[in-house]
Amino acid sequence: MRFSGLRAVDCLSFNVRENEVVGLIGPNGSGKTTTMNLISGVFKPTHGDIVLGDRLISDWSTREVARAGVARTFQLVRILPTLSVVENVMAGAVFGSKRLWGRELNRYAIRLLEKVGLGEMINVPTASLTYINEKRLELARALASDPRLLLLDEWLAGLNPTELQIGIDLIKTLRDEGRTIILVEHVMDAIRSLCDTCVVMNTGSKIAEGSPQQALSHPEVIKAYLGEDHA
Amino acid sequence: MRFSDYCSLTLVIGLFILAALLPLIPDSDYLMSLALPIAMYTVLATSWALFSGPTHYISLATGAFYGVGAYVVGTGIEFIPYPVLLLIAGFSGIVLAGLVGIATLRLSGVYFVIFTLGLAELIRQLVTWIQNNFTGSRGLYVLTDITENYIYWQLIALTALVFLVGWLIKRSRLGFALRIIGNDELVAGHCGINSAGCKVILFMVSGCFAAVVGAVMAPRFTYIEPSMAFSPELSFQVVIMALLGGVHRLWGPLVGVIPFTLLWEVIASSFPTQTVLLLGVSFLLIVYFIPDGVVGRLEDLVKSMRLARPGSNRG
Repeated sequence: MRFSGLRAVDCLSFNVRENEVVGLIGPNGSGKTTTMNLISGVFKPTHGDIVLGDRLISDWSTREVARAGVARTFQLVRILPTLSVVENVMAGAVFGSKRLWGRELNRYAIRLLEKVGLGEMINVPTASLTYINEKRLELARALASDPRLLLLDEWLAGLNPTELQIGIDLIKTLRDEGRTIILVEHVMDAIRSLCDTCVVMNTGSKIAEGSPQQALSHPEVIKAYLGEDHA
Repeated sequence: MRFSDYCSLTLVIGLFILAALLPLIPDSDYLMSLALPIAMYTVLATSWALFSGPTHYISLATGAFYGVGAYVVGTGIEFIPYPVLLLIAGFSGIVLAGLVGIATLRLSGVYFVIFTLGLAELIRQLVTWIQNNFTGSRGLYVLTDITENYIYWQLIALTALVFLVGWLIKRSRLGFALRIIGNDELVAGHCGINSAGCKVILFMVSGCFAAVVGAVMAPRFTYIEPSMAFSPELSFQVVIMALLGGVHRLWGPLVGVIPFTLLWEVIASSFPTQTVLLLGVSFLLIVYFIPDGVVGRLEDLVKSMRLARPGSNRG
């Protein structure tokens, strides 16, 4: 993926199997979010293919990718401020693969809010939610489409230690349900405890892949994070 | 439907019946001269807000659709039955809005504003050129036996229809999609919404109503010409009225239409040469001081009072 002269993602290839949690890590500017944007259809790759199941989705729009079963959260939380908390979740279940409407939609949205720990916040104005609750709301919206693939872009970033544990536990429940997830994270405890496989990027390219243990102990990874002296 | 919905519906139907009875009041000429533009602007501003309210795209094309509708009636009144002309006008508005929408709604808002402003002028120049070169006159006579009362009743019927359509859209997946698009278009895409398609459909609905209003109003003027039919002033007035009332509620524009129309009557008669200047000033004042309109400001006040109440939930 190129932006004018800048090659943001290059030589990146990895597979995500069903029911697998893949961690995508790397220093700032390594191309993790660009990769998420490529998978979700925000950007079209200048070279290379993205395949979902048996379908080539490289040229698909965000709408088409979403309808094919890919849902995501954003690095900077994007909730819908003029919609109620319940409506924010409904947004994910009306137009994608679920296509719910009416009372069934309302019940479904409330169930999801309870699942992410926002059951008590149904009548709270969206604008007055705390940061972690905004993140929970965004996660509930992404889950509302019952996605085949869930992209979590630094979902745990900016949380305090207590909130972080709550967040990790929440993603654990998703993993235990058998969800397929790509997780962009800087929180290594989360990567170790949540991911089956870990892909490490640096300056747009993949430098290591394997179990979290293997990937994080790879000399290239240590060099990328801590410098040549520690490798 | 809840009991309060039935009460609101009864009230609305009662108000429409009262409005429809207005021409039957003896010596109501002056009252009618105010009520007719109020009804006209209510349809235009409400249909404008159906599109621009949720999407935040400011359309200045109302004058173009209105002019097309007026010219459909002006051109065909001698050969085609009037009700058929209304249908043709509506269809013309839909086609024009569809073409403009497909061409421009993928662009960011500011390009859309400029394009719609230019559209009315483009069509005005085109119609003028066609008339100068092929018909030998600048305008068209619209000679019918349609009375002002009949025009008013048509506008009241259109007002009822625009409210009904707006109410139905608001409760539909399309209305929900537009609210999401208005909040965040990127998120809308990730929710599986076809943003461009939704906006084009709403723009077509809005364009259809504006064109039919132009067609309904054409017989009132007896003689129509491009500078009057495709007036940019009309487009700005509709935007100002809708913004003054507020575009987040279906009835919001009506709150702006009534005072602004009455005020405009005074301004137009007292300062006939400064109307455009005053229009610009009022636009600036509304956008600066009450961007969400009177209704939005009142709702904010109610919301903040509720939040300030002890025991209210916070996240």
